Amino acid sequence: MWMKNSSKNFLYFSSSRRVAGDTIFKIVSAIFASSVLLFIGLMIYELFKGSWLSIQTFGFLGFVLGTEWDPVAQVFGALPLIFGTIVVSLIAITIAVPISLGIALALSEYAPKRFGFATSFLVELLAAVPSVIYGLWGIFVLIPFLRDHVYTKIQALFGFLPIFSGYIYGGGVLTASIVLAIMIIPIVSAVMRELFSQVPSSQREAIIALGATKWESAKLVVSYARSGVIGAVILGLGRAIGETMAVTMVIGNKFKLFPSSLFDAWYTMPAIIANELLEATYDLYVSALIHVALVLLLIALAVNVLSRLIVWRALRLVRGVARE
Amino acid sequence: MAPKFEIENLNAWFGAKQVLKNINMKIEEKSVTAIIGPSGCGKTTFIRCLNRMHELTPGARVSGKVLFDGVDIYGKGVDPVIIRRKIGMVFQKPNPFPMMSIYDNVAAGLKLNGVKDRKILDTVVRRSLELAGLWDEVKDDLKRSGASLSGGQQQRLCIARALAIEPEVLLMDEPCSALDPISTSKIELLIRQLAKDYTIVIVTHNIQQAARVSDYTAFFYLGELIEYGPTKQIFESPKNELTEKYITGEFG
Repeated sequence: MWMKNSSKNFLYFSSSRRVAGDTIFKIVSAIFASSVLLFIGLMIYELFKGSWLSIQTFGFLGFVLGTEWDPVAQVFGALPLIFGTIVVSLIAITIAVPISLGIALALSEYAPKRFGFATSFLVELLAAVPSVIYGLWGIFVLIPFLRDHVYTKIQALFGFLPIFSGYIYGGGVLTASIVLAIMIIPIVSAVMRELFSQVPSSQREAIIALGATKWESAKLVVSYARSGVIGAVILGLGRAIGETMAVTMVIGNKFKLFPSSLFDAWYTMPAIIANELLEATYDLYVSALIHVALVLLLIALAVNVLSRLIVWRALRLVRGVARE
Repeated sequence: MAPKFEIENLNAWFGAKQVLKNINMKIEEKSVTAIIGPSGCGKTTFIRCLNRMHELTPGARVSGKVLFDGVDIYGKGVDPVIIRRKIGMVFQKPNPFPMMSIYDNVAAGLKLNGVKDRKILDTVVRRSLELAGLWDEVKDDLKRSGASLSGGQQQRLCIARALAIEPEVLLMDEPCSALDPISTSKIELLIRQLAKDYTIVIVTHNIQQAARVSDYTAFFYLGELIEYGPTKQIFESPKNELTEKYITGEFG
């Protein structure tokens, strides 16, 4: 009798305690999870508030489509900066993706395990280099090298093409893209390597047993992981869009709708904020810069949402019908 | 009839661990040879030596000769890629390519060989699926993902994929161990049919399966070939005490 009772009580207490613990845990994690949304919401709200003056003066769309930036005349428009940011990032990702794919495949498919481990560690270490150091390296090493040994030769060969014409400063669109590419290669290649190493070895064996070469098996690995590869590319694009310091140091910071060539100077959204915020002497100027920040944040969010959607859709296509 | 494989003094290692010890045996053409033995006896390693898959594992090593139609596949100047196109393999766990359709799964090997002609591909895909006994179940929707099939269907898809490049030999590594009894009996039936045209070597854990499908049976124990002969003889009058104990279920 006594045993029965106590065991009943024991069950009763333990379950009530468990329910209480669950509820507390649920609430706490819900708070933490929603705080992320709250932060983003707050950030957008603050940026809206800061750019309110600019929105009132030029209109949100008017500012986005505006092509002039004249602090003396108090006229501001962001379209050239948006172009600059997107074009430079796209060139950077175009350079970075084949190299990253090569690194990731070399490390996951070809390199002996030990070597692969050491090398991937070093490649990932590159991601830890502060961006200002990439900028300094760009100014002191990359710019003189590219100007004297690469750009002049490209111009001699392809100078008839408008994109390779004009005066060679050293810094500019292409240089900024190259520095950006180098900066995003570590993260893009690390994500890709991780993806490739997740591909089951039974897939490699299946194609090798069909008489595939190593290269054909590597292609299969990329195809197996392709949704993730697209995600990695867009992740790199997102990084490139937001990158500030190194770009500011090498792009030449010239406000214009289109540069005359890849060797010309240009401007990006993060660069103009970093450069001009301290010089902004009146409210509308500051507000215009915050307005640029708002547009930048919205574009960055859009790119990330897009990458998630692509990855999610691709994963569903691969896995969705699978019963594994 | 000349044997398809003549294996001479075959040894295999993983690092310092020797998993196959001096194997000598002949495998007859257009017959089913079953490899049986307890876990860890080297039977999977053995068939992976027959199409040079063993060496893909880091640290793996092989010595000895495997004569395939009289040519040593470990000889100088032999390209393992070519060998593997003649000696197909089906694995323990069905491994279709999930990002490809049923059609593309079967056509994958042909595409590796540069076949692009749609008519040829169509014909071969159909014939291979028919051979694998899968055609009637999938013919209405060849665009479906290969991963959308059931486990048994996936394994038959893998068999079709291996048959599409018209190999001479089919190596099967416990092809039914992940399948239900109905799928298993379908595949066993299929193996018997394929044996008319192909040389089949099947590793199996299931002693009854070996008795049902094979013409010859080899019993491996601790990396050594203990006994080898016609299946009937191995099961009815084994010469070795170990073989007898294994097939009567005393250990394994």
